Amino acid sequence: MSLDLVPVWTAILAFGVFMYVLLDGFDLGVGILYPFAHGADERTLMMNSIAPIWDFNETWLVLGGVGLLAAFPLAFAIIIPAVYLPILFMLIGLIFRGVAFEFSHLAHRRGFWSGSFFVGSLVATFAQGVVLGTYVQGIPVTGRAYSGGTFDWITPFALLTGLGLIAGYGLLGACWLVMKTEGPLQEWSRRMARRFAIGVAAFVAMVSIWTPLLQPQIRERWFGGEHPFWLWPVPVITAALFVALWRSIPQRHFVPFLASLGIFFMGYVGLGISIFPMVVPYDLDLWATAASPRSQAFLMIGTLFLLPIILAYTVYSYYVFRGKVRADAGYAHTEAAVR
Amino acid sequence: MEALLLSRLQFAWVVALHILLPAFTVGLAAYIAVLEGVFFFTRRPVFMRLSRYWLRIFAVSFGMGVVSGIVMPFQFGTNWSRFSDITADVTGPLMAYEVLMAFFLEAGFLGILLFGRERVPAGVHFAAAIMVAAGTLLSTFWILSANSWMHTPAGYAIVDGRFVPADWLAVIFNPSFPYRLVHTTTAFFITTAFAVIGVAAHHLRRGNHVEESLVMQKMGFGLLALLVPLQVFIGDQHGLNTLEHQPAKIAAIEANWETQARMPLLLFAWPDEDAERNAFEIGIPAAGSLILKHHVDGVVPGLKQFKREDRPPVAIPFFSFRLMVGIGLAMLALTLGGLWFWYRDGLAAARRFQALCVASIPLGFVAVIAGWVTTEVGRQPWAVYGLLRTRDAVTPSLQAHDVTISILVYIAAYILIFGSGIYFIARLSRTGFGPPQPEAQPFPRSARPMSGATRAT
Repeated sequence: MSLDLVPVWTAILAFGVFMYVLLDGFDLGVGILYPFAHGADERTLMMNSIAPIWDFNETWLVLGGVGLLAAFPLAFAIIIPAVYLPILFMLIGLIFRGVAFEFSHLAHRRGFWSGSFFVGSLVATFAQGVVLGTYVQGIPVTGRAYSGGTFDWITPFALLTGLGLIAGYGLLGACWLVMKTEGPLQEWSRRMARRFAIGVAAFVAMVSIWTPLLQPQIRERWFGGEHPFWLWPVPVITAALFVALWRSIPQRHFVPFLASLGIFFMGYVGLGISIFPMVVPYDLDLWATAASPRSQAFLMIGTLFLLPIILAYTVYSYYVFRGKVRADAGYAHTEAAVR
Repeated sequence: MEALLLSRLQFAWVVALHILLPAFTVGLAAYIAVLEGVFFFTRRPVFMRLSRYWLRIFAVSFGMGVVSGIVMPFQFGTNWSRFSDITADVTGPLMAYEVLMAFFLEAGFLGILLFGRERVPAGVHFAAAIMVAAGTLLSTFWILSANSWMHTPAGYAIVDGRFVPADWLAVIFNPSFPYRLVHTTTAFFITTAFAVIGVAAHHLRRGNHVEESLVMQKMGFGLLALLVPLQVFIGDQHGLNTLEHQPAKIAAIEANWETQARMPLLLFAWPDEDAERNAFEIGIPAAGSLILKHHVDGVVPGLKQFKREDRPPVAIPFFSFRLMVGIGLAMLALTLGGLWFWYRDGLAAARRFQALCVASIPLGFVAVIAGWVTTEVGRQPWAVYGLLRTRDAVTPSLQAHDVTISILVYIAAYILIFGSGIYFIARLSRTGFGPPQPEAQPFPRSARPMSGATRAT
């Protein structure tokens, strides 16, 4: 095995995690917006817009977790214990929002499960943001294990990134609804998208200023000696995307969603620039945590074959449920035959 | 130490409840694919009604399976990070293949299966049903391969205290995997068949949906006529394989302390692990040797042959194994009963037998859990049999209070989620056909014997 697969696996995992953030991002965002919509019919439409795809979107999270376990096992074995409680809250949140898709249509008392759809989405999102913040702050390592405490994740920075991700997913969710709905619900989604856009801009600014202050490595990377001007496009493009988002929200259908995806992508790129090549910041790099070349190679063979197939039927599935969502598609429709 | 015990209890709790869902949905996905297929080729409306009916139940149980399944891989990180660090070069790719081959396939086509009937051609909808069923089976394949490797590790080398792969085919097809795969998958199908039969029995006893219910029971008993006897044979083979590779587990299952020929088959005993004997026992002389060695004079290894610190707990595998086998025998009797009433054309009228069928809905689930407890407790004290102890697999940074918080949260959440889910599934199975089949109106069916309004008896 002379070929170094670590960069390829880094790219695949980065892609998988990004797919998760985008896809579950917008459907968690719909969950966050859910209780604020005006009528029961509109809330049903919101849920129906993601009912056929939420399960698929969440599968990318499993790929991210298991992919990290398989390709960079030591990173998995250190990072996950460091965020023991946030991971617990994320999983419980995902459970309560996931079952709500069916339960809220089956229960006589829908209020509880509608509530669990919102609270579960909110808690899962916040927990993911906290995981991100804890990760960026750095994870203390001794030997081959996490050496911090249970509550190390409770820091102002991690709580800020938790709130920031709520704003971010809320924006994605609102833009998704602008794309998938029409009439009053779409108008409402446009207003929500503008509010969340302001929130996201504020959080992006705060995190961008705070992060270099946290870590010398990050400060050095962005503002270092040779002044790497090739990094300038990152903030410039991000700012341009915010302008495009802001101007497109009032009239356009697809552009706001694309612009918000772009903003997430730029944030993700920025994170990558800050951290690379560390995978357990700021102790272990990708190569130090990588699985044996035989393990990486064995999994690579199937992945290169399967990932394009997965993407093909993802596209097909989204194509089947394309267009504006109607009241007759979703779990409620399934139930209509029962009642 | 306390974090270790709590972590083990937590893992047992989240996996035991999770396994209830695949135990049902693996078989149900295949059943729905068959119903869709029969309808696709014969256009007989009863199969469409059945498929729609079971799809509603499938949607609820599959959703619960997905969310409780997402919890599982993270357990390896949160509570078993040493296990992940030491074994993931070998087990990680197996689990990753499960995600890539199975989870995406299921999830990608589930939306089309549940909501796409009016949006895609009939052939595509049928294909989606097959894809979802194939996904559940592929998932079973990969996760049981990883699990079997923990029981009978093969194809590895140990470098710097970590397992690294040496031969992938040997890893995947490790010695216990073929037996465990066939035994478990068969158990899942049997579990689903008894659930389908029991639900049909409920309708038959009320004289509702008789046509649908008879189709369900005939399909169910037809499958069981094949699978239940087969499972007895597979179980025996799996036991012989375990005797070869994990003799201490067999000794615990049989509560057999001495290495002996003419080992009795204990029907009941009270194992005393401190005194290294059974306080009380009733057995059939030499039958144990006959089963395990296929010869009355066969010598079967006893627990005393293993060092105390290498022995599994005895009482738990002993009783859970007997529970599993006992249920298996009850299932055999029920299957024979069903075939008898079917042969006599009296399924719909056999009220007492149908009451038994309703009561036996949980049997498969209990047997699956009992079998799982037998094999996993029997693997102790090892995480990777003979090589990595469970106590060396737990996350080093974990404190008892961490796991106390998480286990309490998981217990409360799962009681609420599974309690509600079982309630909703039970209600769907009672009402799922709806008022006398509005969707059936396009098909004139003069041959239909009963309607919801008239009673069968």
